[in-house]
Amino acid sequence: MIAALLSNLPALQIVVPLMAAPICAMVARPRFAWAWATAISFIAFAMSVALFWQVRDGSVISYEMGGWAPPIGIEYRIDILNAFVLMIISGIAALVLPYARHSVEAEIPQSQHAFFYTALLLCLTGLLGVTITGDAFNVFVFLEISSLSTYALVATGAARDKRALTAAFNYLVMGTVGATFFVIGLGLIYMITGTLNMADLAAKIAANGDSRTLRMGFSFILVGIGLKLAMFPLHLWLPNAYSYAPSAVTAFLASTATKVAIYVLLRFMFSIFGFDYAFQAATLQFVLLPLALIAMFAASIVAIFQEDLKRMLAYSSIAQVGYMLLGMSFLTQTGLTATIMHLFNHALTKGGLFMAAGCFIYAIGSARIDDLRGLGRIMPWTSAAFVTGGLGLIGVPLTAGFISKWYLMQAAFALGWWPVAILVVLSSLLAVVYVWRVVEVLYLRDTREIPDRKPVPLAMLAPMWIMLGLSVFFGIDADLTISSASRAANALIGASNIFWQ
Amino acid sequence: MGFSDLVSGHYNYWLVIVLMMTGLYITVSRGNLIKKIVGLNLFQTSVFMLYISMGKVKGGTAPILTGDPQTVYSNPLPHVLILTAIVVGIATTALALALIVRIRESFGTIEEDELLKIDHEMEATKPAPTNPAAALFSRLGGPNP
Amino acid sequence: MTPAYVILLAILAPLITAFVVSRADAFTDVRDGISILGSLVTFGLVLTLLFAVIGGAALTFTAFEIMPGLTMSFALEPLGMLFATVASGLWIVTAAYSMGYMPAAEEKHQTRFYTCFALAIAAALGIAFAGNLFTLFIFYEMLTVVTYPLVAHKETPEARAGARTYISILLGTSIAFFLTAIIWTWSLTGTLEFTPGGILAGHISPVFTAILLAFFAFGIGKAALMPFHRWLPAAMVAPTPVSALLHAVAVVKAGVFTLLKVGIYIFGIGLLSRTGASQWLMWLAAATILIASVVAMTQDNLKARLAYSTISQLAYVTLGLALANQLGVIGGALQIATHALGKVTLFMCAGAIYVATHKTRVSEMDGLGRTMPFTFAAYAIAACSIIGLPPMGGAWSKWYLLMASADAGHQSMMIVLMASSLLNVAYLLPLAARGFFFAPQRQRAYDTESLPTGFAAIREAPLLCVAPLCVTALGCIVLFFASGAVYDFLLTIPLLAPEGVTP
Repeated sequence: MIAALLSNLPALQIVVPLMAAPICAMVARPRFAWAWATAISFIAFAMSVALFWQVRDGSVISYEMGGWAPPIGIEYRIDILNAFVLMIISGIAALVLPYARHSVEAEIPQSQHAFFYTALLLCLTGLLGVTITGDAFNVFVFLEISSLSTYALVATGAARDKRALTAAFNYLVMGTVGATFFVIGLGLIYMITGTLNMADLAAKIAANGDSRTLRMGFSFILVGIGLKLAMFPLHLWLPNAYSYAPSAVTAFLASTATKVAIYVLLRFMFSIFGFDYAFQAATLQFVLLPLALIAMFAASIVAIFQEDLKRMLAYSSIAQVGYMLLGMSFLTQTGLTATIMHLFNHALTKGGLFMAAGCFIYAIGSARIDDLRGLGRIMPWTSAAFVTGGLGLIGVPLTAGFISKWYLMQAAFALGWWPVAILVVLSSLLAVVYVWRVVEVLYLRDTREIPDRKPVPLAMLAPMWIMLGLSVFFGIDADLTISSASRAANALIGASNIFWQ
Repeated sequence: MGFSDLVSGHYNYWLVIVLMMTGLYITVSRGNLIKKIVGLNLFQTSVFMLYISMGKVKGGTAPILTGDPQTVYSNPLPHVLILTAIVVGIATTALALALIVRIRESFGTIEEDELLKIDHEMEATKPAPTNPAAALFSRLGGPNP
Repeated sequence: MTPAYVILLAILAPLITAFVVSRADAFTDVRDGISILGSLVTFGLVLTLLFAVIGGAALTFTAFEIMPGLTMSFALEPLGMLFATVASGLWIVTAAYSMGYMPAAEEKHQTRFYTCFALAIAAALGIAFAGNLFTLFIFYEMLTVVTYPLVAHKETPEARAGARTYISILLGTSIAFFLTAIIWTWSLTGTLEFTPGGILAGHISPVFTAILLAFFAFGIGKAALMPFHRWLPAAMVAPTPVSALLHAVAVVKAGVFTLLKVGIYIFGIGLLSRTGASQWLMWLAAATILIASVVAMTQDNLKARLAYSTISQLAYVTLGLALANQLGVIGGALQIATHALGKVTLFMCAGAIYVATHKTRVSEMDGLGRTMPFTFAAYAIAACSIIGLPPMGGAWSKWYLLMASADAGHQSMMIVLMASSLLNVAYLLPLAARGFFFAPQRQRAYDTESLPTGFAAIREAPLLCVAPLCVTALGCIVLFFASGAVYDFLLTIPLLAPEGVTP
């Protein structure tokens, strides 16, 4: 029985949240929906930990869906990069869902709660599916599952601010355009190779060599995924979507959605197209690198002038995505390690920061920075959490953000690209400005009169502090993250031609 | 190859391109939200046609099993992919239309420029913030030396 | 045989003190007593380590590994022990002073104050004991973050603005230049361990040595080298005990100490003198010395005047390093000790004057010496130490720096040092002279709202304010006679790689 469960773990990882979602909608009681969703997220996390445990030494799990062998059947393929990202997604879900209980009650009308948790479970399914699958078109399917549920989730923020609806609509239009671009690119590649299985694609692309069709396919896929991960200049949907969505949704999305898109990019670029694909290398160096640098600076500068805390953090996320793309564009093992580590570290830090924003909204009903003045004294835990996360964003030592920044700079120096290293460091200074502005407002201004301040419940403080505590823990003992990221980077580079069986 | 060959030999791609660009243009340029969705649908349809037309084999028939072992079939896989994509497209359109209904209820309009105006008005009614530029560029001074 | 974990205990002691103090908010007397007790325990532990190092022990302690090849580890050596002894010893004095000052000056948030104070000392000890550049950087940043609440203590708009300058310059320089330099060093040599003779020899060309040194010198913003010195006068918005301990002893000394450590154990004095990579630093330090002294003369606010004096005196240590010879290093290290004692006295006097009279401007302090003789006498003694007159300790550090300049063949630096002494006289002594010898100013100079009973009612500040500053003033004199012992101790700083090891 246990053996059967374990051997079918990859399928269960997807099927369990997928089947659980309609149950939430059918049993339309809000409390039940929340409890059910939380339990499912814990189960999903346990499963992803089990999967990570199996592949931590570098082995690969290949699971045939429905018993149909690849390349004709759909295959779920799990290696250490996969499993790492799976753990992140399900872990974040397991932390956000306990947090969501009170946050959602405060921000969303009760009639929508059951559907909210349904959509959240569907989003989780989609994100897990994108990560776990070894079939390229399957990526599109799960990507759209997660995106559609995300659009719905963002729109539930309409009770607090009706602009959530227009934000969700704009996100929908842009996200669909992006996904369709992805499909076009995939079609072009399919035209050349005749297969959709990732491992098979890698072999056939390597055998076929370069061609204009292949380059177009690569470009379309890059643009399509770039839109999903808010690569500059395709980031325009993100500030609005993150600002107006409910806080639990923002915390979940900021930590997972863009990270999954980065994972897809890594998988396509290095597992499918191959590490040594010349056109790709040129694109990375001349297109991705400048865009990443611009994102780091422009987004940070815009973040400085924001009045709303969530909007500021959203622009900060765009800048942090720029760091991840920068690591990728170095095209070295250290650079890829830096990207994968920053993926993990940023998920923890930003998730925690958005949870802190959510706690502020729960307590005083507003996330405008001006309204936060003096809260450092009367909301000490939340404010301290914000400072911890902020120091992580700046990259102060003993936080996880420092570790990834260190690796990024090390990668730049190893290549001899010291101007890039200087730019990384200068953009961190911009982070100092926007983080410290909030710290000043929290602690050095007079507290204002807040008539109905609600005390933040433990169920919201605990997940927030667990996330930020982990970000500090992994800043002190980075062994797990560094070794996993390093091994994953090695797997990406070394296995440019993955042969199944 | 000659110019006529370029057009007639690849007419399916030309159609796809025309539809794709039309769809994208409508999405971007039209202010009415429903028209944007129409454009999006056109755009998605062009991609469907791309896939299906690439699956056609010369002299191949529809990929439905006949008894004859000599039949040449067109590639069925793109058809399957497109079925999936059509479903995704339907779901997207349905969600978009639902959002448009809610937007109409909330804002009273579904024209993009009016929505932007309302957005700006909502932003302007918030209390005047302390000037962040002032916070940033204020004289960085210590005690009056 | 002192076990190596005493190092850890020495850093934990102030951390535990900080924690206990933060919990003791409701019991103010207990809280103040805990601070003093913690400082005594810490000083005792540091003394234990000091005697171990004097006895020749080489204690190291590795805490844990953060990244592959980068550990948080501690290693004792003479320079670090000097800094640690000075910092922890003066903590006792300043803790006692704070107990007198804070209530008298009606400061609020005292628990936060004492907590952050203890944390700052822990960070300073971490810097002093750091065994590699990585550990030092961690504690260096921690020191910046932990002292921010102390600078912003009063929470007025001026305090906010000053604190903003403080954190932006310190965090900015450390992230922009210091971190870059560290990672550059790491990528060149593959190690960050402090090694006698340095780790860079053979890995870097002379031009890049100078550039890397520039990154370090500007990155270590706490050394207040121009043009990144502005944070020091900005930090004077803090209450005076903060200015006394942190911005005369812990923070600024951490800065120049780090610079010395980097120069000795990362670059190696041999490399610096061979390549001449520190020549430009010598000139910059000289410029800082003179410019800061000149600016100090124009400042009427006493604390601002002392701040610029600190900038000038810190540049002595930088100069000592830049001369790249053993006398320069010893002179610089000795300057750490003598300037700390002198400056902490001066700041405590400034605070005592404020507490007793609410005066902050030098021009209004005529004749106060007659009614506050102890304060002004201590001020005069400390001022003479800073100026470099025997029998105060500062004479010796200036002497060694003069010798070092001669040794390096830079007679121009001797002129700079002498000129600086003259400028020091110009801006330090007038207060003492006018305090004792001038008549008190007419009634108009006195703010009758704060002193309703006028000049005649001024007394010395409370005992807890005056006693510590007398102790440190006496310390300046004692140090003069004890300099020999300190010199012998500093001679043991390993400047060259061990025999057989090519640097």
